[in-house]
Amino acid sequence: MRKYGIAGAALALVLAATTGCGGGDDGSGTDGAVTGEITVLTQRTDIVDTVFQDYKKTFEAKYPGTTVTFEAITDYEGEVRIRMNTKEYGDVLPIPNSVTADLLPSFFEPLGSVSELEQKYRFVRTEQRFEDKVYGLAITGNAQGFVYNKKVWQQAGVTTPPKTPEEFLGALAAIKEKTDAIPLYTNYKDKWPLGQWEGNRGGISGDPDAAITLAKDDTPWAPGKEHHVMDSLLFDAVQRGLTEPDPTTTNWEQSKGMLGTGKVATMMLGSWSIVQMQDAASDKADIGYLPFPTQVDGTFHSVIAGDYKNGINVNSKNKATARAWVDWFADESNYAVDQGGVSPVTSQAMPSTLADLTAAGTEFIELNPAPKGEEGLAEKIGNAAEIALYDGTYRQRIVDAARGAKNETKEQIFAELNKKWAETRSKVQ
Amino acid sequence: MATPTNTASRFSGSAGTPLRRRLGPTGPRRPVPRRRTTLTPYLFLLVPVALLAVFTYVPVLNMFGYSVTSWNGLSPSKEFVGVDNYVEIATRPELFEVLRVSLYYVGASVLQIALALYFATVLSFNVRFRNLFKGIIFFPYLINGVAIAMVFLYFFQPGGTLDSALRAFGLGDLSQQWLGDPDVINYSLAGTSIWRYLGLNFVLFLGAIQSIPAQLYEAAEIDGANRWHQFRHLILPGIRPIVGLSFILAISGSLSVFEIPYIMTGGANGSETFVIQTVDMAFKYYKVGLASAMAVVLLLIILLLTWIQRRVVPDEKVNLS
Repeated sequence: MRKYGIAGAALALVLAATTGCGGGDDGSGTDGAVTGEITVLTQRTDIVDTVFQDYKKTFEAKYPGTTVTFEAITDYEGEVRIRMNTKEYGDVLPIPNSVTADLLPSFFEPLGSVSELEQKYRFVRTEQRFEDKVYGLAITGNAQGFVYNKKVWQQAGVTTPPKTPEEFLGALAAIKEKTDAIPLYTNYKDKWPLGQWEGNRGGISGDPDAAITLAKDDTPWAPGKEHHVMDSLLFDAVQRGLTEPDPTTTNWEQSKGMLGTGKVATMMLGSWSIVQMQDAASDKADIGYLPFPTQVDGTFHSVIAGDYKNGINVNSKNKATARAWVDWFADESNYAVDQGGVSPVTSQAMPSTLADLTAAGTEFIELNPAPKGEEGLAEKIGNAAEIALYDGTYRQRIVDAARGAKNETKEQIFAELNKKWAETRSKVQ
Repeated sequence: MATPTNTASRFSGSAGTPLRRRLGPTGPRRPVPRRRTTLTPYLFLLVPVALLAVFTYVPVLNMFGYSVTSWNGLSPSKEFVGVDNYVEIATRPELFEVLRVSLYYVGASVLQIALALYFATVLSFNVRFRNLFKGIIFFPYLINGVAIAMVFLYFFQPGGTLDSALRAFGLGDLSQQWLGDPDVINYSLAGTSIWRYLGLNFVLFLGAIQSIPAQLYEAAEIDGANRWHQFRHLILPGIRPIVGLSFILAISGSLSVFEIPYIMTGGANGSETFVIQTVDMAFKYYKVGLASAMAVVLLLIILLLTWIQRRVVPDEKVNLS
């Protein structure tokens, strides 16, 4: 069900900003002859028997004597984390987003130093990195914004990307008035789509240090701060009746078709969703992508971040072949381009799926690595405070309050979130 | 009541007494056959006990172990924190607020037991299409919980099956957001749970009712008892232990509701139960230590309630004679 890099754009940021303390093996383990069998775990249950079989053929032809076996896992995050308590978790696997940086050396083989790999690859500076070692190469990368149906927006008379949240809400109101479409679909029931809003961190302020700042802030939900901006937009849209009538019965798989056919106008999702929406659309050209409606100095910003990163099991018996697969997947498989994502290879251009963002003059930013000792701190605080920023639960509460199902005002929720955050921040260091 | 036959009295009087006593004293036995008789039952027990230990007791012991650590579910090191997790649970009353949701399911299970009793009684008599009805009532229990949750998700959707059915009967005004309205959602979910588990209670009751000797009914009829009298004085006392057991299962089941609300709503919109909260704690906030402690606390609550129930309604021997 959750096919593509759901966790992708947004959750990948969980580990953004990672360096730290501790020690790892040296990289000597991946030397040796590229031959024999490897097992590759993947979250892509939908294409493991088609596209991945072609990858297998190409790879085995390039390295004769190798055999690649895939294991596709539906609930990838949940299952693999538990399985990592054993030694058997494949030779190559996308590193689960919940693995914190300090644990990387216990489970994964280092691929090289940051200074060496950043010449060639995107997303190695901040993500899946510990101290100066890189533990994973991204399979693809994503930008963050709203995926929308161009035709519906045109019918409502909106042709330029809204520049402020108020303009955005105005556009949604126009859609509600002039078309039959649901202006903004929250996908509340499946919960993770609400977590996608978190991917706007950094994009709203245009600040590459957003994650670092967040971990030092006692009031992230104070007016003007990023979380206040994005969560207010969600709250206001729901309160003004611009979202689906009964959010508790939404359906992710159906929602793709609804956007594609113009029954839904807009959804907040990472750019990984564009290709899936196009596949579900009657006309691919109907699907477009909008930056988050805030500008800094007259420019939109969107954070690009790596999707899952392929890592090598530290217990693997065939690290040389595993390494060959990781490199081949990033350099030659063409996976990122095929999926409409940002290639992990620096020399490749931005994908055509992001042409809308480029046309709107959006500046793409990558978040900066956190200083030593503060890796992934914002996420640690979020989890300890039981807010879990990338999970949709706390935004479900915002939606509930906004639609009047809970007797709370926006200010009350934000005040409570601030309080929990500040209390926990003082404890977690 | 009817005079018990010889057979009946022998069985009711002898149940529970050791076989050898009943057969009377025997002479001294040779040691070899005796050892075999004492050893054999244990050999048979070995396999089930091993399975029980490996799949139930060892994991539960592990859980007790985790509950005194601050483990995050992945880290190779588990830091011992003593009773900190239990202290945290005790000092966070909001963790127990969700138990209120269980009350809906307790109410539902009382209704469910009453319905099951009614159907079991009716279908224990000679009714036309009796086996068909038995099948229909038991069938939902055979479907897996995920499928049921999916089916009911469509059922409760705005404009879904339930709304269409209401409209067809001219009751369209009654339709509302069955899952969207926080005042209604728990009734909807508890209703789903009744539909699913009714069959299990029903089959238990039916089996118990059918084990009541037929001649008792005949005798009752001769004495002029109608169906209600038969139910009140024959069936109900006859299956009392099963009803008692059903209530114990119902209460512990209501406290640990998980599957249906988790799949249908993920615990959103005020449908969160204690177990959903525990699962979130372990796999969303990665507080496996705290979650294990919560599971232990739930276990203790259930044991306590079961113990209270057993004190209030002691397990008496059924004696229909």
